[in-house]
Amino acid sequence: MLIDVHAHFYHPASARPDWAERNASRLAAGDRIGIRWHVASILGSWGRTSPTYFPSPADVTAGNDALRQLAAQHPDRIKGYVCVNPNFTAHAEAEIDRGLAAGMIGIKLAASRRADDPLLDPIAELARRHGVPILHHIWQHRRRDWPGQEASDAVELGRLARRHREVPFLLAHLGGGGDWLHTLPAIRDLPNVFVDLSGSGVDAGMLEAALAAVGVDRLLWGADLTLCTGWGKLRYLERILGEPDLDRVRWRNAAGIFPRGVFE
Amino acid sequence: MTPGSTSRSGARRIDVNAWIGSYPYRRIAGGSAEFLEVEMRRNGIERAWVSNLAAVFWRNPTEGNAELYRIAEQHEPLEAVPAVHPGLADWETVLIEAKARAVPAIRVDPLFYGISPTDPAVVAVLRRAGQLGLPVMMAVKLEDGRQRHPHDGSSELSPAHLRALIRSDPTVRLVITHADRDCIEQVVFGATPEEADRILWDVSCVWGPPIDDLAHLVAAIGARRFCFGTGLPLRIAESAVARLDLLELTPEERIFIERGNIERFQP
Repeated sequence: MLIDVHAHFYHPASARPDWAERNASRLAAGDRIGIRWHVASILGSWGRTSPTYFPSPADVTAGNDALRQLAAQHPDRIKGYVCVNPNFTAHAEAEIDRGLAAGMIGIKLAASRRADDPLLDPIAELARRHGVPILHHIWQHRRRDWPGQEASDAVELGRLARRHREVPFLLAHLGGGGDWLHTLPAIRDLPNVFVDLSGSGVDAGMLEAALAAVGVDRLLWGADLTLCTGWGKLRYLERILGEPDLDRVRWRNAAGIFPRGVFE
Repeated sequence: MTPGSTSRSGARRIDVNAWIGSYPYRRIAGGSAEFLEVEMRRNGIERAWVSNLAAVFWRNPTEGNAELYRIAEQHEPLEAVPAVHPGLADWETVLIEAKARAVPAIRVDPLFYGISPTDPAVVAVLRRAGQLGLPVMMAVKLEDGRQRHPHDGSSELSPAHLRALIRSDPTVRLVITHADRDCIEQVVFGATPEEADRILWDVSCVWGPPIDDLAHLVAAIGARRFCFGTGLPLRIAESAVARLDLLELTPEERIFIERGNIERFQP
């Protein structure tokens, strides 16, 4: 079994006119790689009618609806995160309740508000109550603000994770840009923070460093926007891990933090 | 040249983007020829064009060439791609030596030397290399801009630089590593077909599905424009191989990318 914990899909109201081709490409490449489950999110309109990382409430709802429709079309392949913008607390809470009730299995926080901001506390509390993890977009070592997002790094996510010890947090795309060497020591002692290995970065030494810092039980395989780099990292892990540990990264760790039985 | 028969698994790949030496901004496990050879065997790479990573950052990068030649002599699968610094007075001597040693290409990294890629001295080196039948390798970047060390202020080769260089002389041939789709498109469609045909692009930073940048480019400009590159030992080689495995190619196209195109480009 292989679970991609960090997938995305597009929809007709998103900024990409080739949305259907991109979705089909992900599923086809996933079949080739052996991905059993794509755990995915849609970030609003992907910039078409509100910014990708600052989606309007209406776009958040539309994106989540589109993802549920896609999951309904592929009930044996796609699971969904409820994407929310924590600046709109009431809307975010309602969206989480609505999405989880409809079968979504986690919460996606992107970069609308810094991870350590108190506005994220009610979101984390809802995650605890529902027993679902939070996938949080991370810029590895954010030394400044980057255009288009209020990104967070591992130190900032760590502050949130310390306040909500019962909630599993997926630190997004270790290979997704920024300095992963800064990230690993920041979360070493936070057992509720799991490292999503996705992203285009395939630096030599990164996987070994992640293993050394947090152990194999806190690594999760994912691809994000580049399945080729995800598959490359998986192939490398096949070289350096034995079968039991490889299975942990491929799917067992994920199965342990999402609601029981959702991948059966 | 017509590539020889090989399997789709690409057991005879040529990696144009491999390095020995150390990197100043983070620890890398590799750096030795022995490490490269192990990784090459694991990834079905038969030969590698190797540059000296440390020397890119030296004030006189050509000082790294002696070590490169020595290693290539001792390790048959490795071929030296020596550095030529256009700002140093002895650049032509370095170039002549490279030709005499029958290297497959030279490399020029003007932005790491602090000179403009379109400086007349750079153009002069490229023109002379062209006259000698030597392709010139240039890296658009070595590290993703998002993760660079604070002291790494090197900028990236731009499409404008590359268009200017390929137009500078009809004998100039370039092997460009670490370029993305946008860069490649801006150069290929900003050049005549004859100019564009004198550039090969490695696949190390051209993404696969679901973005499908590489598939799009192969469909738009053809498989003959690309060659195989990994970035070893800064990056794991498995990613470049996986990228090709996810691409719908005919066996002939696959061989072109894995070795045929770069063999055609060699002196």
